[in-house]
Amino acid sequence: MYTQSFSVPDNAGQKSARTPSTENPELMAAFDARIDADGRIEPQDWMPEAYRKTLVRQISQHAHSEIVGMLPEGNWISRAPSLKRKAILIAKVQDEGGHGLYLYSAAETLGTSRDQMLEGLHSGKAKYSSIFNYPTLNWADVGVIGWLVDGAAIMNQIPLCRCSYGPYARAMVRVCKEESFHQRQGYEALLVMMQGTEAQRAMVQDAVNRLWWKCLAMFGPPDADSPNSAQGMRWGIKRISNDDLRQKFIDATVPQAKVLGVTLPDPDLKWNEARQHHDYGQIDWQEFWDTVEGNGPCNKERLSTRVKAHNEGQWVRDAALAHARKQQQRAHKEAA
Amino acid sequence: MSAPVEYILHLADNAVVLGQRNAEWCGHGPILEEDIAMGNVSLDYIGQARLLYQLAAARLGGDATEDKLAYFRDDTQFRNYTLLELPHNGPLVGYAVSNRDYATTITRNFLYGALMVLVWEALETSPDADLAAIAAKSLKEARYHLHHAADWLVRFGDGTDESHQRAQAAVDHLFVYTEEFWTPSAAEEAAVASGAGVDVRSLRAAWDAIVNDTLTEATLVRPEVRGYITEGKQGRHSEHLSYLLGEMQGLARAHPGATW
Amino acid sequence: MNTPALKEWPLWEIFVRSKQGLEHKHCGSLHAADAAQALHMARDVYTRRQEGVSIWVLPSAAITASNPDDKGELFDPAADKIYRHPTFYEIPEEVGHM
Repeated sequence: MYTQSFSVPDNAGQKSARTPSTENPELMAAFDARIDADGRIEPQDWMPEAYRKTLVRQISQHAHSEIVGMLPEGNWISRAPSLKRKAILIAKVQDEGGHGLYLYSAAETLGTSRDQMLEGLHSGKAKYSSIFNYPTLNWADVGVIGWLVDGAAIMNQIPLCRCSYGPYARAMVRVCKEESFHQRQGYEALLVMMQGTEAQRAMVQDAVNRLWWKCLAMFGPPDADSPNSAQGMRWGIKRISNDDLRQKFIDATVPQAKVLGVTLPDPDLKWNEARQHHDYGQIDWQEFWDTVEGNGPCNKERLSTRVKAHNEGQWVRDAALAHARKQQQRAHKEAA
Repeated sequence: MSAPVEYILHLADNAVVLGQRNAEWCGHGPILEEDIAMGNVSLDYIGQARLLYQLAAARLGGDATEDKLAYFRDDTQFRNYTLLELPHNGPLVGYAVSNRDYATTITRNFLYGALMVLVWEALETSPDADLAAIAAKSLKEARYHLHHAADWLVRFGDGTDESHQRAQAAVDHLFVYTEEFWTPSAAEEAAVASGAGVDVRSLRAAWDAIVNDTLTEATLVRPEVRGYITEGKQGRHSEHLSYLLGEMQGLARAHPGATW
Repeated sequence: MNTPALKEWPLWEIFVRSKQGLEHKHCGSLHAADAAQALHMARDVYTRRQEGVSIWVLPSAAITASNPDDKGELFDPAADKIYRHPTFYEIPEEVGHM
């Protein structure tokens, strides 16, 4: 992932390297033409300020989601019921951290530092996926997060591997490669539980009941209420609409639920022969917006926990940097 | 020639308890990169524990499994070093609550990592072929763990006033627990007698050298230790282990016989 | 030196050789306090699935990149040098692969 800090000669191309306050129509036309031809934009290329801003917002939200998303699953690491599952879960939570890291790196190529993005998260200004503001209340939540939440995420993410911004697309290729098996891994854990005791089956059903509707909301508000979507589609940083992805997810999940032997908690969920899709019930958008705005069941816990980790890590980060500087000074002295 | 099961359990318990402790940082690390690095350390320890418990279970026969050994033995049956069960903070009673301190985590990983590089080196040539194979795999991991912890300890000692103070406090707090390394337990003596184990006393000079070198580089002072020597590896633990196991084993014990 | 001014760890570009005989390939970036630490971090971040046998790290700030505005003069002049490509030269079919 290339970065904005790559040095371009100061005297070359200043006119265009600096973003003009009002977009230059010629540059704008060239940019639009490249986007329309499904071309890629790279960090050094000219881009309209709105495109840059939108990308930083989208990528950093995505990165924050990965980082905050470490917490609900991490909640069960210490209590994983077998050593195998413990190892699988640590590795999975660690992967989410890696995804956050790739994404922060991609956003950094747009000239926003990771510290700036974290500042946005910690101050509550930046959003992250609403799903992570719900508690994980039993062990099956870990499996259901893999199956449904990662399943929903990957539906969102695969199209982004072809998004117009090169570093983002490349990060997503890496993310999807690692993410693709999280869903499988979660589903397998649930299969084992469903073949187990009555209590284990009840845990799985309970987790599905609690998380199903939140997963549907993860795809975002209906297309009619998503003003930013059209621009995102135009720019090739959003490839498929919220409602289409949601429908695709539901259609894919229904047969998986049947094999698993769980009931999806929606009495209106049924196959529509005419549409060749499943119909489904009303999503509670009021609850979604409440949660997005910071008033879900765990928003405050999640955010405070991230802030605490960052603040308490400050002395560690300072120490590493101070040592590196001292080493450099010592090397200079020796050389002198 | 086989190492006694009690000895294998001692090695396994060490790995699982420290793996459990280190994993407490997952999602809470000081920076994303280090969060991921510490996750790898935890995964190595859990992996070692699994291999060792599997070996012990195979030798015990009957219905023993790795998870029965990890999840259905009580604290008094655990044979890990007391050092490894301590929470990530200074000296506090078991039910006290404190913020985790990365200097404590790193210092513990360093002191134990230095020991395990030597233990696995010795066990790599054990006539117990199963144990030797685990040792060969674990040795590479232990070298990385030692490298990782020593690197941080030097950064802390040399870094800022605050990091230096924290590192020195952690060294002062934890060093006395390393005395437990050098008094052989019954299991360790039996392992030596079987020819498959290693006499811990023979490792002390090499351990001292590693530890002293790094402390010097980190400008940290090795404290004098005296008085009580902990006996976790004999099954007499601190207040902390039963909390750790209560959390780790609770779910598995609530569903005995379940498969996960 | 006391507590340094609050500052982010610098950014490093990571190159991984996936197996012996292949080139190092750029795979991403990360933050680290210095080169030694960047190497360690890269091992943990970018080779968890045996993706590599060798790692290079280099400070992102040390890279000098060509300016996209110069793309025309830098790269377009190569477009008409078709004689640099094998397909430019016709050879009788009976000669076979050459």
